[in-house]
Amino acid sequence: MSLMHSQAQYVLRTVEERGVRFVQLWFTDVLGRHKAFHVTPAELEDALDQGMTFDGSSIDGFSRTSESDVLARPDLTTFQLLPWYEEGTGIARVFCDIVNIDGTPFDGCPRQQLRRVLDGALAQGYNFYVAPEIEYFYFSSASDAGRPEPLDRGSYFDLTTDDVASQLRRRTVLTLEEMGIGVEHAQHEDAPGQHEIDLRYTDALTMADTVMSVRHVVKELARQAGVAASFMPKPLVGVQGSGMHTHLSLWRDDHNAFIGDGPYGLSEVAVKFMAGLLHHAPEITAITNQWVNSYKRLMPGGEAPVGVEWARFNAAALVRVPSVKPARIDSTRLEYRSPDPAANPYLAFAVILAAGLRGVNGDYPLPGEGEVVAKLPQSLGEAVDLMAGSELLHETIGEHQVEWFLRNKRTEWDAYRAQVTPFELDRYLPLL
Amino acid sequence: MSDVVLCVPACEGPVRKACDVTGVTAVVASSGRLNEIASLEPTDGFAGAIINASAFPFTEAMNLCRQLRSRERSSGPVILLLDHYQLDDLTFREDLFDDFVVGPFDVSELATRLRHRLRRSGNDTVAPRIDHGGLSMNLETYQATIAGRVMDLTYMEYELLRFLATNPNRVFTRETLLSRVWGYEYYGGARTVDVHVRRLRAKLGEEHAHLIQTVRSVGYKFGTSNEFDVS
Repeated sequence: MSLMHSQAQYVLRTVEERGVRFVQLWFTDVLGRHKAFHVTPAELEDALDQGMTFDGSSIDGFSRTSESDVLARPDLTTFQLLPWYEEGTGIARVFCDIVNIDGTPFDGCPRQQLRRVLDGALAQGYNFYVAPEIEYFYFSSASDAGRPEPLDRGSYFDLTTDDVASQLRRRTVLTLEEMGIGVEHAQHEDAPGQHEIDLRYTDALTMADTVMSVRHVVKELARQAGVAASFMPKPLVGVQGSGMHTHLSLWRDDHNAFIGDGPYGLSEVAVKFMAGLLHHAPEITAITNQWVNSYKRLMPGGEAPVGVEWARFNAAALVRVPSVKPARIDSTRLEYRSPDPAANPYLAFAVILAAGLRGVNGDYPLPGEGEVVAKLPQSLGEAVDLMAGSELLHETIGEHQVEWFLRNKRTEWDAYRAQVTPFELDRYLPLL
Repeated sequence: MSDVVLCVPACEGPVRKACDVTGVTAVVASSGRLNEIASLEPTDGFAGAIINASAFPFTEAMNLCRQLRSRERSSGPVILLLDHYQLDDLTFREDLFDDFVVGPFDVSELATRLRHRLRRSGNDTVAPRIDHGGLSMNLETYQATIAGRVMDLTYMEYELLRFLATNPNRVFTRETLLSRVWGYEYYGGARTVDVHVRRLRAKLGEEHAHLIQTVRSVGYKFGTSNEFDVS
């Protein structure tokens, strides 16, 4: 009995036993937006066996002139019942890889881009683990009219009275746990209405799936409570934006390859990984911070990084070496602080790993602690220009995606530049 | 009741795997003679027998079935393995066996028939379910409940929990679990096991999370007792 076969049998039997009415096939476009189609149990066996054909030309980043039909092939290990639906309306989800009709990996599928980079690391004996801290805001409504109103007035670590937002965050964490998603802790963040969920480390592919699930669960439960949640990097002027600080480690044969005798207990591998990450940071920023709005978070004065530097304590550094308790030496890691929660997690983890591995296999010098060696791009326009010249990105995410990404992001940047903002009107109209 | 299944004349390939999957102990009587069979018989008798009629002369196989049937003590259900051209020979011999499987032998078919026959004959040692400290797993429907609450498990979570729960109070290293449960290399390496244990504990809930215990610098074990064997 092959593994594939017994997995399919498990899925089909669970669907039958639990009265599942719909199975959602989940995948993401190049920008990391969540896509799904729904199949009934009657269709499921065929979908598991053959995959589901759909027209890829209508999905961002999938379009190609010649061949538009692609196949969504369920990854059966990710089959999971969704716990927030009422009893009797069983709905399950399964993540899909997108493949060409002939079964070869489809260039536009971010999940497989990440797989490819992970396979490369595995060939060198490394497993890549990540643990992101996901920040987001609750707002009283998602209406597009007027300013967004934060749902509470709390601040960092505040134990607020049992308001809607705290209840909602608690319910969200419990729902995530029911789905087997390990939450290290959840807390109120610095800004009003801002919350944070820290996830326990897993391998990067599982974690990218998990980030997609978390974003979905947070938004879905907020909607059910009649409020709105947003992962927009900088929704409010004058307070912290939302980041996705990501903790990273490489493991080899069940041992954390970042543990060593170097500075702050880091190994040579960790030091080289960090050097690679710092060296390539500017060019991968278009992926880790992919929206016009992302760059309003990457401003001096806040906790968000601006310069390319590493440090142990400075919260504005791009790479931080977190302190490790003596008894928990296994948690030795690096923290990469520029990504935001509106990134495509598959591509973000892929480029972070690729940059780090370049360091491990190359010979980049590690700058001194606190030494700023470069600047992160200050706008989407700059980031996209850096991306265009990046050999690392072309290799990591492929011609097809780089090309599409550049086109899409230049259009976005041009559209933004053409705007006359309230800032300009308020400031210049009376003066000039 | 016994969990020993008599295999004649061999227990190889799919037959061996089917016995493993079903969780029974196979003993082999290669000669197919009654005195050899009697010497292998456990004190509480055989649970059943698998006779491979395609591996020795058909009439001899039928004679063996007849002898097993006429023994004072029951040998449990008899499952016959045969080639498709032997099917005609079964006519008027239906009373000599309880079930049959035609080659090439499929592990899941053989295991399913074996389990089914053993259960029909009232053998409850071949449990289709595992019950332990509030956890109940139905191995036929793939459903698991904890204190009556249904757990929604992914396939690998289910497989890991099943493996641990079928071997309570034994300590397994991460490497052992990875090779026995996953059986293939995954991006996570041995830490995959930690990740899945964490997910399982989350799904078991705080009250029952201790069913899977961490044995420091060794690995994991299932169960609530404080004694364990390192394997």
